[in-house]
Amino acid sequence: MTERSQGAEERDDAPSGPSRRGFLYGGVAVGLGAAAGAAAGRAGLIPGGLPDRPDTAGVNGASTVAFFGPHQSGIETPPPAFVAYLCFDLRDDADRAALGRMMRLLSDDARRLMAGEAALADLEPELAARPANLVVTFGFGRELVRRADPGAVPAWLGPLPSFGIDRLDERWTGGDFLVAIGGDDAMTIAHAARLILRDADRFATLRWRQDGFRRSYGTDPSGQTMRNLFGQVDGTVNPVPGTQDFANLVWATEPGWLVGGTSMVLRRIRMDLDGWDKVDRAGRENTIGRRLSDGAPITGGRETDAPDFDAVDALGFPVISSDAHIRRAHGASPAERFVRRPYTYDETPPAGELSDVGLLFATFQADVERQYVPVQRRLAEADLLNVWTVPVGSAVFAIPPGCTDGGFVGETLLG
Amino acid sequence: MSPIRPVARRAAAAIAALLALASVAGCASSSDAPYTITDTWVKSADSGMTAAFGLLTNTTDDPVTIVSATSPVASKVELHEVVMGDGGAMVMQPKPGGFEIGPHETLTLEPGGFHIMLMGVKQPIVAGDDVEITLTMDDGSTLTFHAIAKDFAGANENYTGGVAASPSPSAAA
Repeated sequence: MTERSQGAEERDDAPSGPSRRGFLYGGVAVGLGAAAGAAAGRAGLIPGGLPDRPDTAGVNGASTVAFFGPHQSGIETPPPAFVAYLCFDLRDDADRAALGRMMRLLSDDARRLMAGEAALADLEPELAARPANLVVTFGFGRELVRRADPGAVPAWLGPLPSFGIDRLDERWTGGDFLVAIGGDDAMTIAHAARLILRDADRFATLRWRQDGFRRSYGTDPSGQTMRNLFGQVDGTVNPVPGTQDFANLVWATEPGWLVGGTSMVLRRIRMDLDGWDKVDRAGRENTIGRRLSDGAPITGGRETDAPDFDAVDALGFPVISSDAHIRRAHGASPAERFVRRPYTYDETPPAGELSDVGLLFATFQADVERQYVPVQRRLAEADLLNVWTVPVGSAVFAIPPGCTDGGFVGETLLG
Repeated sequence: MSPIRPVARRAAAAIAALLALASVAGCASSSDAPYTITDTWVKSADSGMTAAFGLLTNTTDDPVTIVSATSPVASKVELHEVVMGDGGAMVMQPKPGGFEIGPHETLTLEPGGFHIMLMGVKQPIVAGDDVEITLTMDDGSTLTFHAIAKDFAGANENYTGGVAASPSPSAAA
């Protein structure tokens, strides 16, 4: 594929989040006249008054995400609609040399599939022809790095400290090797997953698979913060991709093989919808500290405005509860921040229950211990949301840096 | 071994050729060499026979014929085609005269079609291995390339000698 669609360029170059959304909508609003844009907003039409024309030409199917680069894609990349996390246990005979062969194979698969090309030995090449922002990201668990080089294991790479709120199930916990396959099309992801599973089989066995989703492509304007199944706007406070702030928080500077990489924590958080049903709207907003309608702090303003944690009501009580989620999740220092990349899961519930839903809550940070653990510790100690949420799965991975043409992901450790 | 319908084979070849064009277009160095090969892979095998595949392009204004091949990993290498056998099943056999490629044409080497047959594999070829193969043309020039080994369940056509190609260990398990 030598051509890039407009959608691909957006994915590759433009940051997501507030600034990107502001740019896109702002530009349109200026072009059409600010009054027209505002009127369209009030009327509930597509922001900026764009014509309500469905994408029936397959435009998004051709959209691609870059494979090569200093960092792996799938971290700074705007989150696509779907994700499949495949986590493997290494086979006993998968030594350092074998792991190098595995990563050469899988990197080649990812490179081709992300470009909309068939993988080598791909007997269904037609299924690869619609990449739809397919993005494959590889992560190494502690055991994989240990087998490659026992001296190269970062201190934070392993199970998180146990938290009092955890009810971890082995079924969703741990693992040696992660392949995250994201994309806007579930068919494309299924084909990519099949090829990855086939090529990884010699080296590793599937430990768990977790599938998540957000709004489908075209449903929300690009860059809109997702909502979870509690109805909450989820993931507002994220460093902005493409900024120095993002780079400082996410890209690792040590150990040497991980420079340009990062760490990933994946928590499976079950959400008690039956219990949540008993909470009225005011109680729900108080739990989080944000309005349900637009995600703005309950102290006012817009979604992206900073909450006023010092605000008190007429009786002198804090407007944002001392145990509200956004207060407890707020970093004690600017360094206690990280990138959140949540997806929703909705699986078959146990017999007699109505639902098994929750979040696949992925975070990226340069250092798990310094950035993630302090925040998670505060949330475990006190967070109103803990009444209705339970962590049931947990895994930590080192995400190696990207590679250039001719190289492979993981070459800084396995090459 | 399974019968292969000619229509399906033609469709697959057409798609592979389209992909080859896209692939070659994206490769800056390919225009310099008279003959190029891309998308190369070899089916993993513990021993015996296996096969290599790829997209072989003649960038010159003259036809060329690949007349022979060698590889350090195999005691013998043949250029094979897959044809309808006497019993109605597809069988593979050495292609008489070798592989001909017209000017500016691409030959698809794929399971169920033309392929490079590695015989007498000297040591196990395991997934992810890098296998070197050298092709010799009728003009005396050579093309050496590397193919990555992949576990693959297909490419099990019977050899006319009656010996099946070595299935990959994962498929045999």
